[in-house]
Amino acid sequence: MNEKSTGLGYIYGIFIVLAFWQVASALVNLPIIPSPGVVLENLISVFVPKIAIHGLYSLGRIVAGVFLAVLIGIPLGLCMGYFARWDRALSPVVYLTYPIPKIALLPVIMLLFGLGEMAKVLMIFLIIVFQVIVAVRDGVKSIPKETYYPLYSLGAGVADIFREILIPASLPKFLTSLRVAMATAISVLFFTETFGTQYGMGYFIMDAWMRVNYLEMYSGIVVLSIIGLILFSTIDYIEKKTCYW
Amino acid sequence: MIKINNLSVTYQSLEDCYAALDNINLELEAGETCAIIGPSGCGKSTLLKVLAGIITNFDGTVEINDQPIRPSKQRIGFIPQNYGLLPWKNVDENIRLGAKIKGLSSASGTEDIALLLEELGLKGLERRYPGELSGGQQQRVALARAFLLKPDLLLMDEPFSALDAMTREEIQDVFLAVWREHAVSTILVTHHVEEAVYLGRKIVILSVSPGTVSTIIDNPLFGVEDVRNHEDFFQLCRQLRKKIKEDWSK
Ligand SMILES: Nc1ncnc2c1ncn2[C@@H]1O[C@H](COP(=O)(O)OP(=O)(O)OP(=O)(O)O)[C@@H](O)[C@H]1O
Ligand SMILES: [Mg+2]
Repeated sequence: MNEKSTGLGYIYGIFIVLAFWQVASALVNLPIIPSPGVVLENLISVFVPKIAIHGLYSLGRIVAGVFLAVLIGIPLGLCMGYFARWDRALSPVVYLTYPIPKIALLPVIMLLFGLGEMAKVLMIFLIIVFQVIVAVRDGVKSIPKETYYPLYSLGAGVADIFREILIPASLPKFLTSLRVAMATAISVLFFTETFGTQYGMGYFIMDAWMRVNYLEMYSGIVVLSIIGLILFSTIDYIEKKTCYW
Repeated sequence: MIKINNLSVTYQSLEDCYAALDNINLELEAGETCAIIGPSGCGKSTLLKVLAGIITNFDGTVEINDQPIRPSKQRIGFIPQNYGLLPWKNVDENIRLGAKIKGLSSASGTEDIALLLEELGLKGLERRYPGELSGGQQQRVALARAFLLKPDLLLMDEPFSALDAMTREEIQDVFLAVWREHAVSTILVTHHVEEAVYLGRKIVILSVSPGTVSTIIDNPLFGVEDVRNHEDFFQLCRQLRKKIKEDWSK
């Protein structure tokens, strides 16, 4: 029943967005806002030959960036949450660097890592990793000390404590942080894809705009938002499966 | 064999120190059971946490079989007052946790688990999470975890407090059956005089603030068949009540 109602929720959401779009295009009545029907028609015809490859590139960069952020952010956050010494040593560094708008670092990163994939993935990584570190650390710190008692009395080692307590307890906070960071990551990815590459949704959308092909531009925007939908619903799904309790 | 010598525990708060236990002396033969009765806040849970190796900052000595407490070396089954279940593990995983940490093979325990679930009335709840159980059910899961571990020392902090009178008596008998089979040294905290007389070979009365041992009683009725219906049982409970009243009003 629950699965069904989330499915219904998505259909409902899509319907609302389409309705607003339709109204807007009817009111403005200019080629700059084509009606959703025409755009969807165009999308169906150009998706496989033109857009799919760009979508895959963008998706791949996001997945790579998230993967790196998880690989580094979760262990760091767990250690900072559990070992007071790690926290004392690393928190100042995190607090100093976290507020820097990552987009401001883009020129530096491009100088160091070139215009290619590495710079784009790194940008996503930088945006997500701080949120993950702080969320996981706070998740660990908010575990009541009684939770550890059964493991202490069993003589559990650090590895046991990480596996049985720290990781499962901080998982919900981690997924929330990922959700929060994801939207920013997608917007910044869009921006970085407007130069130094021939692939990616950012490139496709800007290219269509330059060619004054509004139909393709809107098709690209629709695909971008579908990518977002897929990412968010994947996070929701993982949360439901692993954080049922 | 458990030896507690001159044990004192002080809690360090932000500003002040608070003496929770003062100069406790207690000896327990291997395989003996000991019931601890004391007013709320006298340090019963604190004493169990020391024995479980959770509180390591104390004065005096505490030894199990002439060794200082080392949870990684000894096998300690500890049921904390709040049951100590991990909310992200279902009943089955929670029960297996102790055996898993101790590196016992999971296959060998499966039969024991089935039996324990049956005896403790937990059948059909294996896939539930602690948040989906009643207090009494959670308590029984904690008991199952401790019993499955076959510990050298069993520490139970008010282990039957959340159970109704009938279930409580049944589960007390489950405990006695487990105890008879493995002769595990047990210390249990209780607020029930009858429970202390039924389950404690030794009965220890603590008195308040800071907690000290005021009386140790050797219970002649422990292990007597069907003792709950004997006149002697009521007699002893009555005497014990009187004694407790005296001790606590001092
Ligand atoms: N972490 C702590 N920090 C400071 N004081 C504490 C702490 N834990 C317990 N105390 C204090 O130590 C005393 C003994 O606590 P303890 O939990 O051992 O009591 P208890 O005998 O188990 O009581 P109850 O029967 O209510 O469970 C209490 O006065 C309590 O306020
Ligand atoms: Mg207590």
